[in-house]
Amino acid sequence: MEENNSSKQQLANRKLAMKVLYVVIGSLLFAFALVPLYDVLCSITGLNGKTDNTAATLAKAKVDNSRVVTVQFVSAVMPGLGWNFYPKQTSVTLHPGQIETVVFIAKNTTSETVSGQAVPSVTPGKASSHLKKIECFCFVNQALKSGETKEMPLRFFVSPDLPEDVKEMTLSYSFFKAPDRK
Amino acid sequence: MSTTTVAHHEEHSDHPTGIMRWLTTTNHKDIGTMYLTFSLVMFLVGGAMVLGIRAELFQPGLQLMNPDFYNQLIGVHALIMIFAALMPAATGFANWMIPLQIGAPDMALPRLNNWGFWLLPPSAILLTLPFTLALFGIGDGAIATGWTFYPPLSVQGGIGVDFAIFAVHLLGVSSVMGSINIIVTLFNMRAPGMTLMKMPMFAWGWLITAFLLVATIPVLAGAVTMLLTDRHFGTHFFDAAGGGDPIMFQHLFWFFGHPEVYILLLPVWGFIPQILQTFSRKPMYGYKAQVYSLWAIGALAVVVWAHHFFTAGMPVPALLYFMYSTMAISLPLAVLFFCWIKTMWRGSMSFETPMLFAVGWIILFGIGGLTGLVLADVAADAQYHNSYFVVAHFHYTLFAGGIMGIMAGVYYWLPKMTGHMYNEKLGKLHFWLTAISFNVTFIPQFFVGLAGMPRRIPDYALQFAEFNMISTIGAFVLGLSQLLFVYNIISCARGGTKATDKVWEGAEGLEWTLSSPPPYHSFNEQPVIK
Repeated sequence: MEENNSSKQQLANRKLAMKVLYVVIGSLLFAFALVPLYDVLCSITGLNGKTDNTAATLAKAKVDNSRVVTVQFVSAVMPGLGWNFYPKQTSVTLHPGQIETVVFIAKNTTSETVSGQAVPSVTPGKASSHLKKIECFCFVNQALKSGETKEMPLRFFVSPDLPEDVKEMTLSYSFFKAPDRK
Repeated sequence: MSTTTVAHHEEHSDHPTGIMRWLTTTNHKDIGTMYLTFSLVMFLVGGAMVLGIRAELFQPGLQLMNPDFYNQLIGVHALIMIFAALMPAATGFANWMIPLQIGAPDMALPRLNNWGFWLLPPSAILLTLPFTLALFGIGDGAIATGWTFYPPLSVQGGIGVDFAIFAVHLLGVSSVMGSINIIVTLFNMRAPGMTLMKMPMFAWGWLITAFLLVATIPVLAGAVTMLLTDRHFGTHFFDAAGGGDPIMFQHLFWFFGHPEVYILLLPVWGFIPQILQTFSRKPMYGYKAQVYSLWAIGALAVVVWAHHFFTAGMPVPALLYFMYSTMAISLPLAVLFFCWIKTMWRGSMSFETPMLFAVGWIILFGIGGLTGLVLADVAADAQYHNSYFVVAHFHYTLFAGGIMGIMAGVYYWLPKMTGHMYNEKLGKLHFWLTAISFNVTFIPQFFVGLAGMPRRIPDYALQFAEFNMISTIGAFVLGLSQLLFVYNIISCARGGTKATDKVWEGAEGLEWTLSSPPPYHSFNEQPVIK
């Protein structure tokens, strides 16, 4: 009688333990699911100032002549990449919808060919989804030979949907050494 | 309520002796003892490391060690204290006391229990081995990133990071197994008549802790696994150049890291009210309110993580959300504080060592909670972030709120576990030395933090010299007074005045109906709760 009870108890224990184990596995999967979720959340909300890293189609968007917005440019080179990198002009003022081309200059100061990858970020975050790039050096890795200097163009416009209260935005590029592709 | 008149049949007849007893045991009391012993040893190891840190900070400039070694001590001190001292202590109490408190013969899954413990020693070795390897010229020492593993630093670090990642994996598996066991025990093994709302508060605290553990430890395991693949297998989860994001690691880490704070504290919030009621000789005030508050805190714990990195950059609405939700935790916590104080109110209180620790704990943990409220303020946090203010704050919550709480529990249950009374005079001396030197150590750190001294730096500006000197003196007194604690425990285990079954005059609960020490197999027939 008691034997019977205790084996019943063991069975119930094992069942419940398996259920809790499913929770554990579930939260492990959740951890990995957070990686794509994080990107989705950032691109929807503009958290982290991430910009859309694919070419925008040339918009039929009308130019909004009633207001102007100033876009400032900031550049940084991360440790491990022996480049000079700076924007040719520190800011432009333009109408939303108006297409503009600006140039960044990069120089490889090392004695080898090096590839770099530029990572953009826009402040304030809520403006980041409104900066539309038609053509950008940040879309792909850029390789520079030893001592080579290159002008890197960026063609972009600011979407006319930009919230009214944004008068200024800052676009920052950080150049990283491109990861080795094995 | 039935008392244990059951004959202790088959006691000492079917288990091996010597080292094999401990290696193969599935007895909850043996495993609890091993957890608690392991925790005490690692507490001393982690404490010795921090004395190295404080010795370096005794004077400005670099005297004793290079900055890299200093950083390694900081990181390993934290990992050991959190994962190898505090968590195993709480699990040890759970193993010892939960079956006794709920009238169960053992934990629900005894073999899993054994496995859970024996994963701990290897992980402690993994954490500390790199120090030794470095002496032989292998690698460059232990993890030097602090306990938070932030990339890109942790991606660039040496083999110490890999060792720490594997140690965290093992510790995570161990605590998940412990949690599964506790959840199953609490749901399936309660004595007939003990409904959930009649469970002892300690069981409630642990139940919520166990849920938090199974929900968040896997996220940490996932995050450090991504780190490992970033380091060695060419992935770019946290590498901006490869399309990843280092800030994402902070989100993943603190999604685990903030609940971890409550994982460390909830078991203590469970047994402190039991101690308070014992030594106030009146029933616990607001049992239901306390249970609901514990649940509320457990739920809020998983939605406030980003307050640990306000300065990493977040849009204003997110800042506001994390600020207000963090501050909301103070509401259920205030309910708990009220209940704890009301439990003592007009009781006929006496101040044996466990009660001294419990009352001191309320005050000191209160300071920890209130300074946390200051840090939760986004505007203020910009000043306090990464300063010594933070260090002082979390030592008030985790040393006072965690370890001093655990000490209260040790003194409270030690006579029950060993069958002997500890030395009361030494116990009281230990309390006063600990409480005073703890404050001498950490109050100055609030001040230097407010004045702008950053944490995790081995050197500092001359203006902070006096306060750091005071803090170091306090730390050494604090560290050395723990030897009293160790001595008291060992001598209590070896002998002393025989403890009565009830031990404390006002003790309530099933564990006090058993003999002291309890028989090797207890509650073979479950008591019935009216």
